[in-house]
Amino acid sequence: MAHFLASSTFRQLVLPILYGVVIVAVLPLAAGYIVLLERKVMADMQARLGPMRVGPHGLLQPIADALKLLLKEDIIPQNADRFLFWLAPVASVGMALLAYAALPFGPAFQVADLNVGLLFILAVSSLGIYGIVLGGWASNSHYSLLGALRSAAQLVSYETAAGLGLVSALVWAGSLSMNSIVQAQYDHGVWFIFYAPVGFFIYMVGSIAETNRAPFDLPEAESELVAGYMTEYSGFRWALYFLAEYANMIVVAGIATTLFLGGWLRPFAGFRDHFPGTSIELLDIFPTLLFLAAAAFCFRLVPRQPVKVQKHVMAGIGGLGVVTAAVMFAALFAPPAVMAGIHGAFWFLVKVGAYIYVFLWFRFTFPRYRFDQLMRLGWRFLIPLALVNVIGAAVAIALSEQWGLPPSVSVIITLAATIAVAMWLAADGDKPAAATARAADGD
Amino acid sequence: MLNAVLFYFFAVLAVASAILMVTRRNIIHGAVFLITTLLATAGIFLQLQAEFLFVVQIILYVGGIMVLFVFVIMLVDLDLSLHLVQFNRQRFVAGALALVLAAQVLGAFWVSRSSIGPGPAAVVAPQNTEAVGQALFGRYMLPFEIASILLLVAMIGAVVMGKRRI
Amino acid sequence: MLPIGNYLFLSFTLFTIGVIGVLTRRNVIVMLMSIELILNAVNINLIAFSRYWGGVDGQIFAIFVITDAAAEAAVGLGIILAFFRNRDTVLADEMDLLKW
Repeated sequence: MAHFLASSTFRQLVLPILYGVVIVAVLPLAAGYIVLLERKVMADMQARLGPMRVGPHGLLQPIADALKLLLKEDIIPQNADRFLFWLAPVASVGMALLAYAALPFGPAFQVADLNVGLLFILAVSSLGIYGIVLGGWASNSHYSLLGALRSAAQLVSYETAAGLGLVSALVWAGSLSMNSIVQAQYDHGVWFIFYAPVGFFIYMVGSIAETNRAPFDLPEAESELVAGYMTEYSGFRWALYFLAEYANMIVVAGIATTLFLGGWLRPFAGFRDHFPGTSIELLDIFPTLLFLAAAAFCFRLVPRQPVKVQKHVMAGIGGLGVVTAAVMFAALFAPPAVMAGIHGAFWFLVKVGAYIYVFLWFRFTFPRYRFDQLMRLGWRFLIPLALVNVIGAAVAIALSEQWGLPPSVSVIITLAATIAVAMWLAADGDKPAAATARAADGD
Repeated sequence: MLNAVLFYFFAVLAVASAILMVTRRNIIHGAVFLITTLLATAGIFLQLQAEFLFVVQIILYVGGIMVLFVFVIMLVDLDLSLHLVQFNRQRFVAGALALVLAAQVLGAFWVSRSSIGPGPAAVVAPQNTEAVGQALFGRYMLPFEIASILLLVAMIGAVVMGKRRI
Repeated sequence: MLPIGNYLFLSFTLFTIGVIGVLTRRNVIVMLMSIELILNAVNINLIAFSRYWGGVDGQIFAIFVITDAAAEAAVGLGIILAFFRNRDTVLADEMDLLKW
């Protein structure tokens, strides 16, 4: 048995399949709870409570939603193209899940460490367009087709900018393999967001548009096009589209985390001071403390719950926090591979969660962009800025590796130049000549 | 063994999708089958350990060119062509010509049958992307620049052809 | 490593299917799609030889083939669109304005 666990068949064949099964099994549940999180955060920002009825504090809401969607009647419009109507949500979800094959959730949890991992995820994300376009076409309805074409145009425009934004961090990493990118951030000692802040901004805006999130969610806005390309889909088919959208969100958050936010590295990963007498590093105690603090917060809220069931659930969640803190603490004494795996996964999930929280925050803060404003922003601001940023990153790398300037200096020089160009591009709309040019374009 | 399984899986998928594409009455279905053919071809590239080409094929061909095809097919009236004859008048002559071409190529394979067996174990550059990048910006710099001018010309041409009033 | 004959045979099959598609279909868009199929068959050939004899030259050539295919598809589809707007047809038989 031990021989089998150490053999290469297990590591190369069985383990990736196992990871894949875990991802496909856990992801729908995770997506459902992100939806609940979104509703709770939206409620919090709007000074109300959100779902509270189904289960204590609404915690069973996703399960109720899933049951409802599974049991709904499957309606197919009359003249719809049945083959494409079936294929479109399947393609959407398939491509969204396929991207997880190269995404590392920590040093120990990755289905496959491809040499071209980053490009593979970008490629598969760009295949998600077909789910949208074919779905809109197959529905045989005006709203669907218009929403699908708008969504596809938006996706195609912003994926160029997002890819170019990634390049500026990629030149510092020197490799396309996700593991090597995180390793490069460890070697440089600093997260690449500090080397390529403009690139991070471009990628963030591009990824919001890629996942059809507000303020770029015109294709699925309810007040604009009913539900865009998802109008005619009901029940489980709609659930698949929804799952694809939230899976895509986690994937772009994963890419941003790996490339810009240090992946599974602890903040200040190079700070290796130990507790006296042990081999445990000082900063590694943070996850344990965080979970203990969360558990304490839950226990403090227990007496304030109005209903006994909610008291029990709150106490249970507090207990869960204590158990997780114990796991994090025990991992400190485990062999280095296990410790890196568990703590790495924790940091990765924290960063992905923070990125998704920013997505949710943007949704409830900014008004929606009109479609022509959206296209203008993509083509006339983001893509030129991304191109200038790539040139700036190349100059920064040349300055720092061939002329020997410290990276911080070269980054600041090119950053100043890029921001100057960005301000010039953004002010494009304020000049009277540009305003008349826009009026002439419009008719 | 895994090599052979992967190759035959992708090869059968590619050929089946290609035959389906050429015979569909509904052009959008044909486009979908061309997409699966291109994805199977990308799989063959990966099986040949050309990882950069694998990704480039998916990003450019499937994610770019085929999206363009699907958009144009949607703009062209589909119902008009659904009920008409799909194959043209010269189909038998064309079929005969294709058979002649196939016979020629198979003849070439037969003549050289001793040298299309397992080849020498060629060394695969461990970093395929680096090797491609160095060759592209080294030996093949001039074709690279010419290709970029070609793309610029194609972009201008497509924009002009797509306008309603030039 | 599989014998190169496998890849050559696959490439030949796709090429023949593409040729039949170009020569026998009436719809111009399907003809364009068959041309893309022919180009892909050639790419498989190039990359198979690049793998078997070492060197990345075959793969570079394949990149240029893909670039060319993109340019040609863009312009070709633009032409088809323009023609469709004027004559309302995409069938090759009916594109006979220059016939006497």
